[in-house]
Amino acid sequence: MTALPQSTERKLGLVIDLDTCVGCHACVISCKGWNTENYGAPLSDMDAYGSEPTGTFLNRVHSFEIEPGCGGTAQTVHFPKSCLHCEDAPCVTVCPTGASYKRAEDGIVLVNEDACIGCGLCAWACPYGAREMDAAAGVMKKCTLCVDRIYNENLPEDDRVPACVRTCPAGARYFGDLGDPGSAVSQLVASRGGFDLMPELGTKPVNKYLPPRPKDRLKAASHPPVPVSQDSKGFFAWLDRALEKI
Amino acid sequence: MNQPRIDLSPKVSDEVRKTTCYMCACRCGINVHLKDGKVAYIEGNRDHPVNRGVLCAKGSAGIMQINAPSRLRAPLRRTGPRGSGQFQEISWEEALGTASDWLGQIRRTDPSRLAFFTGRDQSQSFTSFWAQAFGTPNYAAHGGFCSVNMAAAGIYTMGGAFWEFGQPDWDRTKLFVLFGVAEDHDSNPIKMGIGKLKARGARMIGVNPIRSGYNAVADDWFGITPGTDGLLILSLIHCLMAAGQIDLEYLARYTNAPVMVDDATGLFLRNDDNKPLVIDRVTGDLMAFDQPGVRPDLNGSYPGHRTVLQLMAERYLQPDHTPEAVADRCGIPAERIRALADEIARVAFQEAISLERSWTDFRGERHERMVGRPVAFHAMRGISAHSNGFQTCRALHVLQILLGSVDVPGGFRFKPPYPKPVEAHPVPHCKARPDLPLDGPHLGFVHGPEHLALKDDGTPARIDKAFSWENPLSVHGLMHMVISNAHAGDPYPIDTLFLYMANMSWNSSMNTRGVIDMLTDTDEKGDYVIPRIIYSDAYSSEMVAYADLVLPDTTYLERHDCISLLDRPISEAEAAADAIRWPVIEPDRDVRGFQTVLIQLANLMELPGFVREDGAPIYKDYADYIVNHERRPGIGPLSGFRGNGDQTGRGMPNPDQLRRYIETGGFHIAHVPAGAEYYKAWNKDYQEWAVGMGFYDKPQPYVFQLYVEPMRKFQRAAEGHGERQPPEHLRDQLRQVMDPLPIWYPPLEDSRVDPKDYPLHALTQRPMAMYHSWGTQNAWLRQIHGHNPLYVSRDVWEKHEFREGDWARVTSAHGSITVPVALHGALNPHTVWTWNAIGKRKGAWALGEDAPEATRGFLLNHLIHELQPPRGDGLRWSNSDPITGQAAWFDLRVRIEKVAPQDEAGPPFAPIASPVGQGPKNLTWKVGK
Repeated sequence: MTALPQSTERKLGLVIDLDTCVGCHACVISCKGWNTENYGAPLSDMDAYGSEPTGTFLNRVHSFEIEPGCGGTAQTVHFPKSCLHCEDAPCVTVCPTGASYKRAEDGIVLVNEDACIGCGLCAWACPYGAREMDAAAGVMKKCTLCVDRIYNENLPEDDRVPACVRTCPAGARYFGDLGDPGSAVSQLVASRGGFDLMPELGTKPVNKYLPPRPKDRLKAASHPPVPVSQDSKGFFAWLDRALEKI
Repeated sequence: MNQPRIDLSPKVSDEVRKTTCYMCACRCGINVHLKDGKVAYIEGNRDHPVNRGVLCAKGSAGIMQINAPSRLRAPLRRTGPRGSGQFQEISWEEALGTASDWLGQIRRTDPSRLAFFTGRDQSQSFTSFWAQAFGTPNYAAHGGFCSVNMAAAGIYTMGGAFWEFGQPDWDRTKLFVLFGVAEDHDSNPIKMGIGKLKARGARMIGVNPIRSGYNAVADDWFGITPGTDGLLILSLIHCLMAAGQIDLEYLARYTNAPVMVDDATGLFLRNDDNKPLVIDRVTGDLMAFDQPGVRPDLNGSYPGHRTVLQLMAERYLQPDHTPEAVADRCGIPAERIRALADEIARVAFQEAISLERSWTDFRGERHERMVGRPVAFHAMRGISAHSNGFQTCRALHVLQILLGSVDVPGGFRFKPPYPKPVEAHPVPHCKARPDLPLDGPHLGFVHGPEHLALKDDGTPARIDKAFSWENPLSVHGLMHMVISNAHAGDPYPIDTLFLYMANMSWNSSMNTRGVIDMLTDTDEKGDYVIPRIIYSDAYSSEMVAYADLVLPDTTYLERHDCISLLDRPISEAEAAADAIRWPVIEPDRDVRGFQTVLIQLANLMELPGFVREDGAPIYKDYADYIVNHERRPGIGPLSGFRGNGDQTGRGMPNPDQLRRYIETGGFHIAHVPAGAEYYKAWNKDYQEWAVGMGFYDKPQPYVFQLYVEPMRKFQRAAEGHGERQPPEHLRDQLRQVMDPLPIWYPPLEDSRVDPKDYPLHALTQRPMAMYHSWGTQNAWLRQIHGHNPLYVSRDVWEKHEFREGDWARVTSAHGSITVPVALHGALNPHTVWTWNAIGKRKGAWALGEDAPEATRGFLLNHLIHELQPPRGDGLRWSNSDPITGQAAWFDLRVRIEKVAPQDEAGPPFAPIASPVGQGPKNLTWKVGK
């Protein structure tokens, strides 16, 4: 068993806008690139050119369909998912070696690969399926919130954000301190009705999702314009009147 | 609590080299991080005009492309039969010697016996220059099977189209309407644009049979039936005209809406200077359209003539264009079509915007402000790749113009060097003579039948029959017809097929099996019907196996390239921009950049323009050409740092130019003056700036062509007027399709097959995380799209009682395939679709033969023939738009039936031997120590 900090100074996390995400997987691959080269063991790819390529990813995009029935218009929602850096992270408390931990200063949940025995309990405990065991290294991998970018003094200041946020072409991902009600991300969550993923589990995720805006409301002309003409003759008469006004 | 100490500031890289991405055609700027001379990480370049720092999945996966096991290693000479994949590695000396022997002999006898076609080429300005020097008329790139309808319709209508020609005014538009699949071109800018709209609370409407990708985030989705977009757009035009919701001032000043058309001929009334005439509203007199002070009258009257707008009103106000008349065919209720028209009109006219910027138009009139109609449209392949695609694209451009939303604040904006009128482009050239260059550029814009590429006997001069009566405005050629025509000897046989970066024996061809047979077919003597095939590619694609000689290209990080204003530029609406690639790493194989190889071949053959009078080479490689070539005096491939390094656009070649590009991030940008950012076609300041930049040598103002007179000239020829007459069998077709005002006709497949037998439309979409066939060899990307089910609507799913894991046979008039199916609810009920180019042939791309791409992946290409079904007249009718020759991929109709679960998708293809072996089993990639 591993203890969680009583509280953290900051609650760093992501806000993901489901109204804007087009499902392009840019965040998935940017994450893969950065985290293969950086923190811990590389994210391996088994059978990379064969019949069942299976690699380790810290972030994946799932697509869901909503079919409302009764003649309603079906919708598609793209849903990127990575570790939510929960305040009550069951993946940490279940860890037998202390390898999984939550940082007291910023709330980031990390795996100390030197202490990880690859037992996989944390992945079982995570209700979001956000951890993946690396088949080559035998250690558990998860989103680090790019802890080696966000404070990295070798990077220009505006690059000190997670790789997925920096690369997102549609600007659907935001990074910041969700523990500070005045932060830009907290205000965005407040204004757009941001929500927790599966709050009933009591994990208190730090990451938030912004819901898709209501869609498909254009069903009939709201203020149907009065036709100026039903045929070309009427059109020419209108045209002459209209041209007089120019 | 024992938190381990971790290094929060690890070294990111030893060095960052900035170049241009080539993981798709978008051409974003990238920062390539190197450790120990190896690529460690790739991210977007924040300063770059195309992507502003962001990067898509493909771009970030570039590291897996440059280490791909499929990379070719050395020139190859075929040793087994074509298609076997059996090769011997040879030296470059031998490869170049062989190629120049073959090609030199052709050039000395009949240059037209070479067909040189390039695929996803980004150096067409150079490759066309080479082909012109060689002297063959048979050159084009892949536009004919991609999106030529959009480009051609745009240029004929308004001097440019979408993507490389222009973009929505993302910062000001309030309503963005997207037609058809668009995820495959201009990908990051559109995603960034959608993000900007969402952040501002602007609205987006998607018109697409399939709700995925961008349509998933659209505020409203119109799940239109494929091939009916033109019908919908003309109905929107009907609604807008009937409601008087069109921009009369814009139409009068900046379009040919007021031009007088002769009732008898359908041609413009012109003065002695050949200028189209309008009635001046003040004096009632006929005047040239561009006369200073003229107030063109949209409703002018002159005996025996009508204005273009009068002709449009007479046509589009007819009851056959009402929403009620088109709703069933479009699959959209009439009230929703009316709602869409209403929404477009409301935003365009009630939410109009105005910038307090003065400007002067081409008639010399000064305007105090710039008025904008904040509705912007975009479309690419979705509406293009139909046999009615040209007229559909025309209709969309005409719709934008009627709203007055083209090149105005909030609307669609041109990107330099566009807009450019048809007259500023070349006309096609096709005269081939032994040992001489071609008489001019291959591709261009015909003004009438006089510019067709025909031989003296009236037969097509080009192997692809571009610019023939079969498809007169084929401005990008017809690459999809080259192999079929060469095999048939129609219009004539060739000797050598020379292809670059085009997977023509697989996903880039219609009728893949048939094309493979054509490539391997022999005559009665046992010789190949297409005698020689030379192919250049960086990777072990399916096409490699069919080449006699393979010239291995480099990857995109190992080469020089220029993204030129002479070619397909990367400008933004407010700036002209160009860029380079440069070798940020050196190849570890015996490979050469294809453009350098072309220069070496040209030097060996002593082609004009490549050698001096004494035969000495002018350019040693492509980098040398990029810097020192001048298309016109002072105008070269790159616009930046010319002369002493301080000149832009025009200036002498600067030997230091590439170094300057590298220092500034791999690109150059020249901003349009603020007063010239809109109304570019008519804006005096813009025109003068464009002349200074070298886009043209004198101002070229023009008006938009709602009515395209050159098309009417083809109709007149079909009616029997003029010296050049079409063959009898094409007269009816020309009369019907070459209408100078937009029309809609059903996709030609609908008239050739019985829709009752083939009730479903079948489409492909390109996923945002894959580009053509290239992505499959990428260890990261293939985990996202490793196979492709056929997606069917809930109607189809329930009718056929499909369950998860089921398979189906899909049959078209041409063939059938057996594939896995999946349910997709957000889909037009009469449509099935799949991802494009995921299916692979066993043995290609260094994948295992049991790779899911080769077992469960499949191509719709097997269902699409390059020819229409025979009509019993002995003629070969191509499956293309009869105006431009655009490949009609999306006309496809199919039926579907459930079959027992299969082990592999059908039809089966035998494996090809891999010239590069298979990739490693597992990857644990980390270049830093």
